Amino acid sequence: MRYHTPSSFEDASAIAAAATGVTRFLAGGTDVLVQLRSDLVTPDDLIDIKRIAGVRDITRRDDGGWRIGAAASGVELAEHEALIAEWPGVVEALELIGSTQIQARCTLVGNLCNGSPAADSVPAMIAAGATVNVVSPEGAREIAVEDVPTGPGMTSLGPGEVVSAVNLPPRGEGGGDAYLRFIPRTEMDIAVVGAGVNLVREGETITAARVALGAVAPTVLLVEEARAALVGSTLDDSALAALAKAAEAACRPISDKRGTVEFRTHVAGVLTRRAAKIAYGRAGA
Amino acid sequence: MIHVSTTVNGDAHELLCDPRETLLDALRDRLELTGAKEGCGTGDCGACTVLLDGRPVCSCLVLAAEAEGHEVRTVEGIADGEELHPLQRKFIEHAALQCGICTPGILVAAKALLERNPDPSETEVRYWLAGNLCRCTGYDKIIRAVLDAAGEMREAT
Ligand SMILES: Cc1cc2nc3c(=O)[nH]c(=O)nc-3n(C[C@H](O)[C@H](O)[C@H](O)COP(=O)(O)OP(=O)(O)OC[C@H]3O[C@@H](n4cnc5c(N)ncnc54)[C@H](O)[C@@H]3O)c2cc1C
Ligand code: FES
Ligand code: FES
Repeated sequence: MRYHTPSSFEDASAIAAAATGVTRFLAGGTDVLVQLRSDLVTPDDLIDIKRIAGVRDITRRDDGGWRIGAAASGVELAEHEALIAEWPGVVEALELIGSTQIQARCTLVGNLCNGSPAADSVPAMIAAGATVNVVSPEGAREIAVEDVPTGPGMTSLGPGEVVSAVNLPPRGEGGGDAYLRFIPRTEMDIAVVGAGVNLVREGETITAARVALGAVAPTVLLVEEARAALVGSTLDDSALAALAKAAEAACRPISDKRGTVEFRTHVAGVLTRRAAKIAYGRAGA
Repeated sequence: MIHVSTTVNGDAHELLCDPRETLLDALRDRLELTGAKEGCGTGDCGACTVLLDGRPVCSCLVLAAEAEGHEVRTVEGIADGEELHPLQRKFIEHAALQCGICTPGILVAAKALLERNPDPSETEVRYWLAGNLCRCTGYDKIIRAVLDAAGEMREAT
């Protein structure tokens, strides 16, 4: 295994593009190094992005949104009060990952690019309308987070493509987001279902919304029908019932030791409702 | 082999490491700092906990090469010479260990907690240490030892 420490994303991308064997990027290593240690994936080329200047920075964008460097860790987001004030759902989703020790290392980008359908921060990022900056030998592009995962362990990123940052849109007035997951314990487990809700209200009425579900399909889902159930409503009981129904209808889960199809589908409805209530409360605060 | 310059418990070290070598293996096999233990090797148990630039990490999920230019602290750096740290004394007083495999990782993690939060609640201690598994004690004595040490350290300051 060759270990590379490029000093720019262009160099990181060039190394990856030239590599012919198994290639991985190293952000926090909490997936890559587990896979290495368990002999599941031994990269021929491992490209550590953490020596790139500014790669952990969390900065305000000109449009009022946020740019979160690809190597910013869970604890670095959790300590960023201005970010939490605007996007509590995204931060709480990343904070759910692992333990104190894992928090010092895990990143949004690693969680996304590992491609797990149960990745906790991904529904929250999709609900938020987040994008990622991608650097490749052909140049740079910005893509929506929901366009990255294509299946379990798979992404739309081509060889030589590396993510440099996550962008969150401007929060604006009257917005709130939330993420909830179900696990059989209170800590250190993989989501059986995850639900992210982001909405904007004007007075009591919801004017915009995005709802994303994790662990109920081969990729994290952006659920259009759930948006439709929320927008125009005041989150009254009938809107909540329509929301839960839309969430349940979107589920295409598997049965495994963590939960059956029926259980996952039911919980998706319950969690979506609860996350919507939290987001609505935050939006009104 | 990769040349790594790093600081461990305040001392500068130069190491030659295999690219796949973990920080845990480098600490144990090259620097003979065998306090950090390998329980699982996959980030689940916390027995390998050390501080990297002041934050607890699982050293089994850090490459030795990643320590280049960074500061590592291990359980060996907790006592002041022969003088045990209050956490270490309280672990003995409360019998907060049996086999002791988990203890170095828990001491490192607990010390990092008390530096950030000198007066944690029981719930805060339990969540902070959720990534440190113990097969022997049932955790209660560990939590009591940490809370007691925190109290003593608050009085001392
Ligand atoms: C004990 C433990 C508990 C965990 N609990 C959870 C949990 O509760 N929920 C959860 O969702 N996950 C969990 N995880 C999984 C893991 O911690 C997360 O997926 C984490 O966010 C991965 O981030 P990382 O920075 O460590 O990624 P890495 O391991 O560094 O990378 C992961 C993948 O992303 C790719 N990658 C990294 N950086 C880039 C980049 N810049 N551009 C393109 N590709 C890139 C890598 O090639 C690799 O395939 C857990 C892991 C452990 C060890
Ligand atoms: S040995 Fe590192 S977490 Fe178990
Ligand atoms: S004392 Fe044996 S594992 Fe904790």
